[in-house]
Amino acid sequence: MADMAMEKNAMPVQAPEERRHNFEEVALGYTAEQAAAEAQRCLNCRTRPCVAGCPVNVDIPDFIAKLRAGQEEAAYESIARHSSLPAVCGRVCPQESQCEKNCVRGIKGEAVAIGRLERYVADRHNARAEKKVERPEPSGRRVAVIGAGPAGLTCAGELARQGHGVTVFESLHLAGGVLSYGIPEFRLPKSIVAGEIEGLKALGVEIRTNEVIGKLHSVDELFAAGYEAVFVSTGAGLPNFMGIPGEMLLGVYSANEYLTRINLMKAYRPEAETPLATVRRVAVIGGGNVAMDAARCAVRMGAEEVSIVYRRSEAEMPARREEVEHAKEEGIVFRTLTNPVEILGDEAGHARALRCARMELGEPDASGRRRPVAVAGSEFELEADTVIMAIGTSPNPLVKNTTPDLETDRRGCFVVDESMHTSKEGVWAGGDAVTGAATVISAMGAGKKAAAAICDYLQGK
Amino acid sequence: MNRILEKRELNSTTVLLKLEAAEIAAKAQPGQFVIVRTGELGERIPLTIEDYDREAGTIQIVFQKVGAGTLLLGALKEGEMVTDVAGPLGVATHLDGYRKVAVVGGGVGCAIAYPQAKHLHGQGVPVDLIAGFRSKEIVILEEEMRRACDRLLLATDDGSYGQKGFVTDILREQIEVGAGYDRVIAIGPVPMMRAVCGVTKEYGIPTTVSLNPIMIDGTGMCGGCRVTVGGKVRFACVDGPDFDGHEVDFDELMKRNGSYREQEAEKKGHVCRLLGVE
Repeated sequence: MADMAMEKNAMPVQAPEERRHNFEEVALGYTAEQAAAEAQRCLNCRTRPCVAGCPVNVDIPDFIAKLRAGQEEAAYESIARHSSLPAVCGRVCPQESQCEKNCVRGIKGEAVAIGRLERYVADRHNARAEKKVERPEPSGRRVAVIGAGPAGLTCAGELARQGHGVTVFESLHLAGGVLSYGIPEFRLPKSIVAGEIEGLKALGVEIRTNEVIGKLHSVDELFAAGYEAVFVSTGAGLPNFMGIPGEMLLGVYSANEYLTRINLMKAYRPEAETPLATVRRVAVIGGGNVAMDAARCAVRMGAEEVSIVYRRSEAEMPARREEVEHAKEEGIVFRTLTNPVEILGDEAGHARALRCARMELGEPDASGRRRPVAVAGSEFELEADTVIMAIGTSPNPLVKNTTPDLETDRRGCFVVDESMHTSKEGVWAGGDAVTGAATVISAMGAGKKAAAAICDYLQGK
Repeated sequence: MNRILEKRELNSTTVLLKLEAAEIAAKAQPGQFVIVRTGELGERIPLTIEDYDREAGTIQIVFQKVGAGTLLLGALKEGEMVTDVAGPLGVATHLDGYRKVAVVGGGVGCAIAYPQAKHLHGQGVPVDLIAGFRSKEIVILEEEMRRACDRLLLATDDGSYGQKGFVTDILREQIEVGAGYDRVIAIGPVPMMRAVCGVTKEYGIPTTVSLNPIMIDGTGMCGGCRVTVGGKVRFACVDGPDFDGHEVDFDELMKRNGSYREQEAEKKGHVCRLLGVE
């Protein structure tokens, strides 16, 4: 008989006053008892709507049933058949709008904590010293994957499981993409990312870091080198700025730069060489998860006051509810319906304040969100020595610029058909490089879909 | 991983490393750079490719030991590996269609100006290489530079070697006596590039500069290296590092390059103690 408790089993977290001063993980994960109790809440229903809500279609009732039966490793194998990065997804997926959104238990009460259970199962597996890895029979076919972010790693994992030889080309010195440089340690420990990547290598995936495709090799050269198919998953890593006066002042960062210094380069650790200026009053512009990550990093870097400056109201914020709550608990000030019009500097050329206009919401725009309109005569100054722009990113043009027969749209996103195939024979694309900045799990879904199409293609060749 | 095949101390603070890097050597063009990292907590530093040998599969970098990253890189020995070398990055210098070029280098910038001169000279384009140093002790790569141009015009600020004065003095003299440059390529410290552009603007000679802003990734994903050129914001790592010198906001670049002066001094002190150097 299922446990009919209306609420999820709570997950222990670090207290806000404590976690404000460290980069350790905020959410601590279920204990064995908590996981077992939560697994009891799943009804193992026949309709299985949760599976349809997962972009990579993890067999959720199956892995939970195995967990309930105490078969942790079997539960892991069940997830791993569908997902290449379960320890990551269990942490960073917006489950409330995916698997858990559809959960029958969510109709009356809270959905089953699928993400937390996935995380539990993956962490238990990764903690085991001896792991059994079965390498499939080699197919003799080779595929190149450009970019080692969530889309590329998922595609690589799927292909390797089919026995194809996969090489992932990564421009940075570390694989993981946004998992390594963007999402902070306190949400996604880098040891977890490293563990998942080790798992892929054990499957036979080769990862070549420091290789910038578009500079070191072109896509055509990859074909000439014997790769029979190429998957482009270069993400949307080009930061947008607002185009307001003062953006060249010292102390003005893109969120990508601020987060890269902290997460990839470890600037929060005193022994790391990459510097980061000390900050006092920080304004983060934007209302997405990246803005929350940057603001919460700034708190941990010792800022006196950190504000989120967002031109719409809190209801329109694209960030996950949980991240907004965590940010508030950590003392971040939310200045909504506020839009910067200029960054003001001091004599030394350093940012000192933001000039902002107060906004009100007008008619809905094409995307259905109510358009913010400036209130006449409402401008005021907000003191800020550090301004972090988290207003979105665009696709990186390096591959596009060196592969003229790869069609892109007006925003620079690769144009693909329903099987993720691009305009160029043998080239697929997926993730943020196709959609513009989106989520980790939708990138993984695209990687999986492309891998299936690539397998079909290789078979028919 | 890239092995150090040769290490040369060019002067008391400047080091040349020849690295095993066949793939980068196969693609490198004058004006491009690599991002180098030493050690797992090391920073990513951009360094221009000073020379490359496609057949031998090697590249050379020249750098001054000025901060923590370059001190640690400079402490590596022949045979050791550099943790990370990524490249070639940036857009190659445009070198086609010129009739007569003055390549102007300042200090360690001479090592960065050298590949452009060598390439043009190799194509048969007349090249004057104007190289400036503070004093005789720090002159680097004199023989290499001499081979890479028609005339090497060497100056020191204090007159201890070559002509006394700044590169701008020599450049102005040459223009005045009718050298007939249709392009000047200036590479060195920001104040020197700005001064060169001041001279060439007077005479209306198009001038290419290679900018050296702070960089992290070097692939266009952070905007840390953004510069204002002709009133527009550009990312030096992907749009440059070369730009029209008459359009660059040098004052802004200098300010931005000073962003981390305090932290850099602190880190450098730490590394000096670590390496036991003064």
